[in-house]
This record gives sequence, structure tokens and C-alpha cells, in this order.
Amino acid sequence: MSDAETRVVVVGASLAGLRGAEALREAGYAGALTIVGAEPHRPYDRPPLSKAVLTGEVAADATTLPNLVALEADWRLGAPATHLDRTRRLLTLASGKTLPYDRLLIATGASARPWRDSAQAAFRGVHTLRGRDEAEALRRDLAAGPGHVLIIGGGFIGCEVAAACRTLGLPVTLAETGPTLLARVLGQHLGAVVGALHERLGTTLRSGVKVEALEDDGTGRVVRARLEDGSVIAADVVVVALGAVRNTAWLEGSGLAFDAGGIDCDAQGYVLDAADAPDPRIAAAGDVARFPHPLYPGRRIALEHWGHAVAQGRHAGRLLAGLAPEPYRDVPAFWSSQGGITLKSVGLTEGADGFCIARGSLKEGRFLAVYGREGRCIAAVAFDCARWLPAYADLIAEGAPFPPEPTGVDAGPFTVLPPDFPEPARKDRS
Amino acid sequence: MTDDTLFARIKDEANRPDPYPLFAQLRTCPVSRQEDGTYVAATHAAITRLLHDPRVSSETLPPADRPKTGNPFKDWLVKPVRDHLTDTHRPFIFRDPPDHDCLRAAVMQQFTPERVQAMRARSHVLVDEILDKLGDATSIDIVDDLAYPLPVTVICELLGIPPSDEERFHGWATQLATALEPDTLQDDALRAENSRTFDAISEYMQGLIAEKRKDPQDDMLSGLATEGVDGRPRMSDFDLIATAILMLVAGHETTVNLITNGMLTLLRHPDELRRLREDPTRAPRVVEELLRFEPPVQFRTRTTLCPITQDGVTIPEGAPLVLLLASGNRDPAVYAEPERFDPDRTDNRHLGFGGSLHYCVGAPLARFEVEAALVALARRLKNPRLTADPPPYRSGSALRGPKHLRLAIDGIAP
Amino acid sequence: MTDVPEPAASPPDARHSAGGLRVTVDLNLCQAYAQCCYAAPDHFVLKGREALHYDPAPSAGARDDIERARIACPVQAIRVEDAGAARR
Repeated sequence: MSDAETRVVVVGASLAGLRGAEALREAGYAGALTIVGAEPHRPYDRPPLSKAVLTGEVAADATTLPNLVALEADWRLGAPATHLDRTRRLLTLASGKTLPYDRLLIATGASARPWRDSAQAAFRGVHTLRGRDEAEALRRDLAAGPGHVLIIGGGFIGCEVAAACRTLGLPVTLAETGPTLLARVLGQHLGAVVGALHERLGTTLRSGVKVEALEDDGTGRVVRARLEDGSVIAADVVVVALGAVRNTAWLEGSGLAFDAGGIDCDAQGYVLDAADAPDPRIAAAGDVARFPHPLYPGRRIALEHWGHAVAQGRHAGRLLAGLAPEPYRDVPAFWSSQGGITLKSVGLTEGADGFCIARGSLKEGRFLAVYGREGRCIAAVAFDCARWLPAYADLIAEGAPFPPEPTGVDAGPFTVLPPDFPEPARKDRS
Repeated sequence: MTDDTLFARIKDEANRPDPYPLFAQLRTCPVSRQEDGTYVAATHAAITRLLHDPRVSSETLPPADRPKTGNPFKDWLVKPVRDHLTDTHRPFIFRDPPDHDCLRAAVMQQFTPERVQAMRARSHVLVDEILDKLGDATSIDIVDDLAYPLPVTVICELLGIPPSDEERFHGWATQLATALEPDTLQDDALRAENSRTFDAISEYMQGLIAEKRKDPQDDMLSGLATEGVDGRPRMSDFDLIATAILMLVAGHETTVNLITNGMLTLLRHPDELRRLREDPTRAPRVVEELLRFEPPVQFRTRTTLCPITQDGVTIPEGAPLVLLLASGNRDPAVYAEPERFDPDRTDNRHLGFGGSLHYCVGAPLARFEVEAALVALARRLKNPRLTADPPPYRSGSALRGPKHLRLAIDGIAP
Repeated sequence: MTDVPEPAASPPDARHSAGGLRVTVDLNLCQAYAQCCYAAPDHFVLKGREALHYDPAPSAGARDDIERARIACPVQAIRVEDAGAARR
């Protein structure tokens, strides 16, 4: 089939979708290209939404992503996909309109996990944060100078929002069910380091508490949260930061293998049907794709990382252009910036049975931690020492022995400690 | 297995004008052992990896050992103290974290974008003043007439050295630059001379620092003499002197070479000279490509804290390790047509300023100075012609650049 | 342009139509060399030791400085789109 007759549709006007479309064109694809987006916006950059957008340094509408490749695309924005018919190769949009496709890239991403009580979630002053509109709404409420902000959830978004609130000088409480902040990713040792950072910034930390309910003033405006132990936290802005759910509901009836954790893919990047057979017309990329990674055998992973959206998006674009790229195997990597501290990570800490501070010191606030599992390096986390990280990314990609070589500059004798991850996360993570 | 005399040949002055074919031979083996026990990393990938490797140390200097004077008091009482002080207060280019990071952070706190931007504007003024003074000249030596005076003035103004003392700094900087050459350590006369220069400059700085403390001005030296960083107290005098000397030496010879290499390269590529004259906004691209194509710092030496295996070669503990930056910059695995000077190339991750922890502090300043110099030379020199190609080179192989670059010109435009 | 206005084509972004630039920095690559902060201090600022703050939508007047920053980045982490360029 020549390009002239081919129709490629990208579902998801997202970072992964945009970079996928660019890679498709760069690979020489000259046929029709349609990009479908649920939101009315061109693809935008999410990292600033929980940082500079909240502090007002950057306007929410300034986050539109650069696009260097002429896409010649037909953009369908504000048009959520609602149904996928793989037999007729038709995509249905919310308007009822259908789009035929020959190749499809699924990059629909994820949404913030909503507060479990939808009536309480609808109170004025209650926010989630994932998209640009949500960031804009939260920014408006923060700029109005609320009396007290409550953040529910001590993950990366919760931590970054807390830091932004402190930059604005707002009183803020961060409530977390786990023992420390970021404990699921970093373990309790380093989670405590992050907790101390936020306490220095002036955030009130409430670890090991569960918010039972949000309460309003009788007019639908949130005024407090009631904890499981009966105590209350007064708050006129509440940010629900309880992670994300993948945007896969629209795939109901498609015959593909998906759930709220993502859509299953094979090693190439093609989506799988319920019988585990790949559909060679459809690839997935970014947050929504759950794929086998050679570094983490025996399971499929779905990553919510910026760099992953770029790299896997580009991979999927090349795949759909008819090239046969090597299976995707980029080492996972992400960053977070909180209160002036930059935390960067390569690899995945999940399943680590030990960790050590390989460079620098906790005291200086500048250090690199390496995580290992069964004698192999699996992840490294750098606090304000990004220039050490590439060396450890190589060790992780190679599966080098853990603990790593102790000799080196800026290294004292180190001890391997258990990372102390909290008990497996409860299904009910509110 | 490559020829294990290649690095010796790179150091040989006969190969100074064009060492690049030797680099190509070295790159056939990413890391190679040379006949003198030095290990040389020559590919972009190997150099980049070793630059970031925490097992690679910058503490390469042997213990200080000042030349004996024959005066027993000085040799038996003063010398050990001074040697000890030298050892414990090395400039941070020769130090590892955490000390390196503390000293560097203190410098970065003073090396603000505002100060650097001010020197950007100032560089243009200085270059024009220098060229104005040459009047109706029909020849110009890019080295003596422009490339030498500019950086020393810029670094002195930035540090806060009184203009009347600039001349002395000029001589000191030139002398101390030899300390960065690998064979200096074997040359007793040179070491003695460097040691005397170091003492002279130290004495001068000591006085100046005292003045800055008494009456701080808006300059880097005043800042370094009075402010700490990250909640730490200000630097000790010994560290401050070592730091100030480092900035002088590292910011001088390198910039001279980049300006001179730049003009030489542009004259060898007349189309690029013409394009720069017509469109000065091309200058940043030209400078960045020069840093790849003719980097003033051709290599840096490190040492290994334990055995390191890289590309199948095990570098033993304590071995001298040469990172041949200028070779990585011509690596065909990274660059299309690496031997071509092409300011329009994209994704130019050159190693001209090194990388990782020791990335050149003065990089932004160098860029602005060289931009100012090349833009003005392209615009103002009428019909410039090389009088010798290749020009004569100075002896250094680590800091490589012409000794003179004499051009015939038809005058200097206002 | 073949944008079909159904159900709602994206409204033209005011900044974009004004001829501005779009910038992103790959902060996985960024190692805080801060070269962009010297090249374009009004648009890139390092806070703390390594946290890069940048303006994702500079005006067209900043083009030369932004370009200088992009070129100078040692890890080539800066991506700039010029609104003047063809883009659909």
C-alpha cells in the first residue's frame, strides 16, 4: 500500500502523540495524518503544571510544546475518542463522527485519580492536577491567597504542589497514608530526607493518616477534611494527588487487552488483543502503554515519565512508518524539582532489596543513592548531583553488580541498607 | 592494537600544526596504552564516559616539591610548610569533590549571569578600542595585537584587578599556563620558574585580597573574599589565591588560542568569513563549531583511583589517563563529516569545554569574548590574508595554538 | 490548513500567532551546566544548585538569545520552535 492511500490516526494530542507524529514524518511517511485530542489544546508540556504554572512564573497557556517537524496534520481537538472498531478500522469520536485508519497510534495518557466521593470532589476548592485546565484552575485558587491548603497524597505531584505553595507563602499541610513522603518510590530512608526538606520549607507533614471525608460550608465550598481518627484539618483549597488512572475506558469493546493500568503491548510496541495476539496496525506509547522491558523481565510496566513519552512516542512513530526499530529498551528516567532541590532518577526502584549512598552525603544535601536487587544495580537516585547520574545509568543498563564499586571520588565507606518500602500499596489509596 | 607512540607524536612539536590525522589513528582503539604507560581515551563515547566516571580523579599533581634554594633555613623550615600548603590548597581544577564542589560553588556564586553579560558588552568595546589603536596598519598579528590583550583585560576587570597591574598579570598568566602541559613536571628549570611566578602572584594577591576585605567593590574577588556559599564560611586565603590564579591562567591562554584558531579557521574557509561579516548573528554557531573543530584545550589528564575497564582495556589503578577531547570532537561515530568545518551542524555536543564536574567555568565568558573578537575582525579587517599557513605554533600540546598569526590587510575599517 | 472545525478546532494561541517562540528543555538530559542562563539570563534561571527554570514561550524579540542558549547547551537539551516556521 502506498503512503498516498494510507491513513494514520494518532489518538492523544499529547507529548507521546506529538513526538510519535513527528517521528512518523521524519521516517518519510507522506500519507494522511490525523491527530485526535480529548482536550481543546495543542499538545502541551506537563512538568511546569505542578511547578512554575502554580507559582505564576509561567502561564498555563504558555506550555504548548514546540514542534519542529512540519506535520501537515488534520487536528481534531476537543474530540475525545469513544470507541475503537478494529474490524472495520474505525475510530469513533464523542461527536459521533468516525475516522477510518490504516495505522493507529494510541497515546491517550492518563488522568488524575479522582477523589473517591464524587459529591465531595465537586466542592469548590477541591482540585486534581494532571492537565492544563486543572493547573489553571488550581493556580487561580492559589493566587487568591487561600487560608490553608491541604494536599492529599505524598507522591511527586503532592510534593511539588506543596513546594509551589510554600514558594507562594501559603500555609500548607501534606497528608500521606504512608510512613513518609515518596516512600513507595524511594523507600522510607530517603522518603524521610524528602520529608525533612518539606518541613524546612514550612510544610506541615501528616504521615500515616487517612483522609476520611471532605466537608463543605453548606454552600458547596470545601472548608475542612476529616481524618479517619476523627480529627479535622481546616482547608479552603484541597489538592487530591493520589496518582493517575490510564485513559483506556474508550477501548471497551475493542477486543484489546487493557484495564485502568494501561493497554498491553508486545516487545515491538504493538498492542495485544485479549488472546495476546499483536495487532500490527496499532501501536501504543507513553503513560498508557504497558509493555515488556528487557531490564525488568517477567512483567509489563507502564511509565508516567516525560522522557519515556518522548522516546517511546518516537519509537511508535517509526514502527508505524514501516521501519523495524529495535525493541524499545530505554532505561527509565525522570526528574522532580521541589523547593530548589532537583531529584533525578534512572532505572526503577521497585523490588529493590538494598540501597546505599554511593556518592556525596546526606549532610551536604547532595548525594547519589543506588538501589539493588539480587546483587544487581537496578536504579539510582541523585539529589542535586545530576552529573554523576550518567555513570550509574550505564551500570543499570548493564545490570552491573550491586553494591557498586566503592572506590571513587566523593565516596566514603558506605553500608547497604534495606530501602524499607512500605507494605504493598492498598488498593484503596485514598 | 594501535601504535603506542602516537601520543608521543602528538606531543612532538613537529605535529603541532595538524595533529588530527594522529587522532584518527588513535580512535581505531577507543582506549590505548602508550609506550610511557599513559592511557589515552580517543573516542567521543569513551571520553564522555570517563569524564563522568567517579573512579576517575582530577587529583593528578604529584606532591609539591619546591626547588631547593641552598639556604638551609628556607630549605629545612620554610619549604616543608609551603609545600604542605601548596598540597592542601590546590586550585579546584586539580581537586575532587567534595572540596572541588565547595570551591567551585563559591566561584559560581560570584560568576553571575549579570557579571558575564556585562563583560559581553564590554568585550565588544575592548575589541574596538584595540583595533582603533592599530590605525592604518597594513598588517596585524592576531595573537599579539588582539588575542593576548583582550582576555587578560576581561579577567582582570571581572576579578577586580586594578588596570595599572594588568601588565604584570599578562606575564604571569603566560608563564603559569605551562603548568598544564604534561611534560612540565619533568622540566626542573620550568618548575622552578613556575614556582617563583606562583610566589610572586601569591604575594600580590594576598595584598589585593586584604584591600578587598577592607573596601569591597562590586567584583568577583571582593565577593570571594567576603562571602561564603551554602552556609559555609568564606574561602581561606590560600584557597582564594589558588582560585584567583586558576581563573587567570585558565581564562587566558585558552581564550587566546580560541580567538587565534578561530581567525585562522575562518581565513581557511573564506565563505564562512564572508557569511559572518554579512550576518553577525552567525557568531554563536561559528564559535561553537570552533570549539569542536579547533579546541584550545586538546586534552586533559586524569588518573584512576582503581582499575577501570573501558572498551575492553583495563586501565590500572593510578595510571595517567589522557582524555583526548579534540579527538572526540572529530569522531565520525558522532559527527557527520567530522573533518569539515560546518557552523550549521546540529546536535553539536562537543567536548571543547570538557564535561561533567570540571566543565569549564569560564565557558560563557570565552564564548562572548571570542564572538566579539571574530565579529569585529570579520567586519573591520580589509582583505585579510594569511602570511604563513600553517602559522608558527607555541610548544604546548595540551593548550595548543599559534604563537603568531600575522595577516596582511588593506587597512582597518572604522 | 485542513483543520476541521468539529467539534472545536483549537483556538489560535495568542502567543503563537504573535510570532513568539516555544521552548522545552529535556531535564533528564540537563546537568545544570547553566550555559543557557548566561546566554539568555532573562529566559533561563538556575534556582538552588540544579533546578532550571525557563520561559517556555519567549517573545520573538528574544530569538537571538534563545538561539544562543540552544546552541551553547553542552548536552543539547533545549528544543526551540520558531512560530515563523511552517507548522500544521
